[in-house]
Parts: sequence; C-alpha cells; structure tokens
Amino acid sequence: METLAFMRDNAQTILFLTGQHVSIVGLAVGLAIITGVPIGIAITQNKKAADIVLYIAAIVMTIPSIALFGMLIPVLSLIGQGIGYLPAMIAVLLYSQLPIIRNTYTAINNVDPALREAARGMGMTALERLWKVELPIAVPVIMAGVRVAVVINIGVTAIATYIGAGGLGSLISRGISQTDSRQLVAGALCVSLLAIAADYVLLWIQRQLTPAGLRA
Amino acid sequence: MIKLEDLTKTFGSVIAADRINMEVPEGEICILLGPSGCGKTTTLKMVNRLIEKTSGKILVGGRDTDNMDPVEVRRGMGYVIQQIGLFPNMTVEENICVVPRLLKWDDAKAKRRAAELLELVALDPSVFLKRFPRELSGGQQQRVGVARALAADPPVMIMDEPFGAIDPINREIIQDEFLRMQKTLRKTILFVSHDIDEAVKMGDKIAIFRAGKLEQYDTPDTILAHPANSFIADFVGADRTLKRLRLVTVAEAQNGAVGTVSLTDDLSRAYAILREGHLDTIVVLDPQGLPVGWVHAEDAVGIGPVSSRMRPLPATIRTDADLRTAVAMMFTHDVTWLTCINADGRFGGCITQAGITRRLGDTYRSRSASAPMPQGAVA
Repeated sequence: METLAFMRDNAQTILFLTGQHVSIVGLAVGLAIITGVPIGIAITQNKKAADIVLYIAAIVMTIPSIALFGMLIPVLSLIGQGIGYLPAMIAVLLYSQLPIIRNTYTAINNVDPALREAARGMGMTALERLWKVELPIAVPVIMAGVRVAVVINIGVTAIATYIGAGGLGSLISRGISQTDSRQLVAGALCVSLLAIAADYVLLWIQRQLTPAGLRA
Repeated sequence: MIKLEDLTKTFGSVIAADRINMEVPEGEICILLGPSGCGKTTTLKMVNRLIEKTSGKILVGGRDTDNMDPVEVRRGMGYVIQQIGLFPNMTVEENICVVPRLLKWDDAKAKRRAAELLELVALDPSVFLKRFPRELSGGQQQRVGVARALAADPPVMIMDEPFGAIDPINREIIQDEFLRMQKTLRKTILFVSHDIDEAVKMGDKIAIFRAGKLEQYDTPDTILAHPANSFIADFVGADRTLKRLRLVTVAEAQNGAVGTVSLTDDLSRAYAILREGHLDTIVVLDPQGLPVGWVHAEDAVGIGPVSSRMRPLPATIRTDADLRTAVAMMFTHDVTWLTCINADGRFGGCITQAGITRRLGDTYRSRSASAPMPQGAVA
C-alpha cells in the first residue's frame, strides 16, 4: 500500500523517468535495427564472416552491463560524454546487436531454398529477391529478435542510472541508498511493467508487419 | 529454337555435362531423361544460366545467351520447379504477376493476365486470385506454378520435374491439362524427368542422359522401338513395347476391311457382304449410324432381319483413344477385336489384335515411317 501511495504521489516523476528510460532504449534499439539487420543480411553471404560476427556479438553480450558502462567512461570522456545519456545508449546499442543480427541471419538463411531458386530462375536480381521474397518472409523472426533486445535492454537501462543516465533505475538506486523500500519496489515494478508493455506493443507491430500469407 | 553446341560443364574433376549437342525445334516438348546424377538437370539449368557452363554454346531463338544478361535470359523463359516455390507472402495473383512486374508491365494488364492464366490452368479466378499459396492443395499450387511461368508469355519454358511432387492421380490430370494447353500455346519446352512413362506421354522428343553424356535423342517411339544401346534398353524397361501402345491411336492401327449392315436389313444381305469380303463378322448399325451389335458369319444364315441373329457389342472404343486403352479393353472383355466409334458416337471401323501387332511391328520391318494401312468399309 505504501508503495502505491508513493507511486501516486510521485506520478509526475515516475512518468518523467519512464520517458527517459524509453528514449534510451528506443533510440538504441532503433539504431541497432538499422545496423544489425543489414549486418545479419550481409553475413548470410559468407559462413566464415557470419561465425566471426556472431561470436563477437555473443562476447559483447557476456560483458556485465556495469563493466561495460565503466569501460565506456574513459573512451567517451575524450569527447566529454563519459557519463549520462550517450554511454547508456551505446551500451544498449551493443547489447541489441546479438539478438537482432542472429535472428536476421537465421531468418534469411532459413528461407526455403526452393523459393530462392524460383526467384532466381524467374529473373529476379539479388536485391529484388531480398526485398520481395526474403525480407517479407524473415520479418516475423527479425521482429522476435527486436523484442528480445528491447526486453533485455529495459533491464540493462535500469542500471545506467549509475552513470547518470537517469531512467527508472534512479528510483531503484535511490531506494537502495536511502533504504527506502517504497522507491525500490516502485522502481522495480515500473521496469517490469514497462518491459511487459513494450513486448506487447512490439508483438502487435510484429503481427502487422507479417505478410498475410504467413500469418497462422 | 533451343540449340546446344558442345555444351560442357565440369565441377572440379567431375564432368557433369559432356559435349552435349542437341536442338529443340520451336513448339516441341523435349524431355531430358535419365537416372539421378546423369547431367539432365545441370544441362537444363545451363540454359537459363542458373548454372554457368564451362564451355560450348547455347542458342535460344538464334541468340547466343552468352551475349545476354542472365537476368534478361531468365525473364524470357518460364521456369517451373518440382518444389513449386510459390512465394508464401504473396497472393496467387501477386505470384503470377511477378515476372510481368519485373518487366514493368502496366498493373491492370498484369492483373488481367493473371485472371486469364488461372482460367487456362482450370482454376476459377474469382475463387483463387486472392488466396495465399498455403490455402491451396499441392495440385492447385503446381497449376499456379505453371500459370506463373507462363505469365509473360515466354516462348521457352524450362521445367525441372514439374509434376514430380504431385500424387499420381492429380499428376495424370495435370499432365493431360498441360498437353491440352500446349496444343494451343506451342511453347518450346525443356522438361526434366526421371520417369520414362511421363517422358513417353509428354515428350515430342526424348533425350536420354547417362553420366553427363547424351546417349540418344529421338522421338519416344523410336527410343522405345530402337534403343541405341543396352543401357537405354534397360532404362526404358523390358516392357518398352507395351509403352509404345500409348503413342499410337486406335485410328492409326485400324486395318483390314470391315463390313456393316443396317439394323433393318435382311440376313441375306449380311451374308452377301460377309461372303464377298471374306469376313467373319459384320457390325450392325442403327439408322443414325451408331453401332448396336454384330453378327457372326455362322449365324448369317436363314431368313429374317439381322436383328434376330445379332449379338450385343461387348464394348466400343473411340478412334482417338490410344492402343493401351484398346488392349486393356480387349483383355477386360476377352475379345480380339473391338468396334470403334468416332467422337460423335457414330461407327468408326474396327480394331483387331492382329492390326495392333502389325502396326507396332512396322517399325521393325522398316526403319522409315509406317506405310498407310488399307482401310475401308464395305457397306
């Protein structure tokens, strides 16, 4: 009850922090789609390149977020952005690469070879094949990768408060330092709800983007 | 129309196609036939440049495909594959319109064409145009596959075991429909198959491959009657002469004189005709010219109308049926001859087992075309 009362009294603040949170994850995953999907498509052309890229992306994934933030501080300090929004955004961008690249790569690779053969035999160029056949069929799987990236990184962003990026993690960190369980629980609750809500919204978008012929 | 000159493909040390020389005349179906790994599919795919040849020449409509862009070559040829490969993200209409759109056709024209083609492959456009591939049966999908290949009305079709994945009953139906279409479309078709029966049924010519080499290239009847070597003889099967039955129509195998009498004629007239023609049997026709029975020479004695001694016909066969059907019918009814009818149901002569044997044997007595059969009705 206390927590709910806290949330009601601080609705304005919570809304603001949620906005910060969403802007970090939204921009970072947006950029990750713009970079990860083309990389995922490109590496379907070369098995060796695919292995290397997926390996690197997997290693990035294993770095604890707090360590990654720490590593970004000296690098970004060179341009005066050691803490705050930019390192948080970059960390999320890096973490998003693996699910997006891997899902894109898998989805394109798994397009029925008969479809590729038919498309080629009918005189489609590689780009026409990609655009008209491979990508539309790959969309559901790519979007599933995006959803994984978003949910993971809503969690990661909660920690970014320690490098001054704001977001809902602020409630959690303040709750810990002030031993205020109301703030702590409110922060955790909001992060969870945001993750669930984002997943639902993306699921809806995924369904809209899935070609009608592929919908179950 | 399609001419292959010394066409060769090597994969490393393996020779997949070894100096293939052949020519497919315009409007004919040429079946590339052979066991798997014989080079038939490689040869086919070199024609639309899905596989690049190692050496040799491919001329399509007189043009060397080397001087054309591969994409341009492929857009000018219909392509049908065994796995069909309809794009699941597109409706039937969109699938058919793929090549017209690549060729920048006007949208309305492409859509009209799609509807027209669905009619041609015996699917109702109002039902199927807006459906997705997953909503169709295998046979329906391959009909759409054929329609899609025909979309831009290419003069040449490349078909890689197109009916191989369809159940036997539907395969027969689609093959028949395809042959009916081909009668008016007159496409030049290269068609890969591993099924000798399909090859005999569909092909104007058959090219038999083994280990990358073209072993024999000829009409189905010649290949069945005169296989060039023991490999081909084995491949086409010990029952190859029976397969030839399918290639000849009843009309082509009719021979010998046939007598007819009218239902209302007197027995004495039947007797006179039988005597004059040295015949054993005579067919009885009703006033419309439809066969209704027959009379044996032994019974054509005495007085009265022929109807009094007439026996019923066990079966009749159409003159445009193939000999396979005729022989099957003879075996079924345990007879050695059948009365034939024309498309309108009227009497069209008779066919005998001896006539069939003679017709099939012609090619052995003379390698040239069979001599015309004496044929005529004494009435």
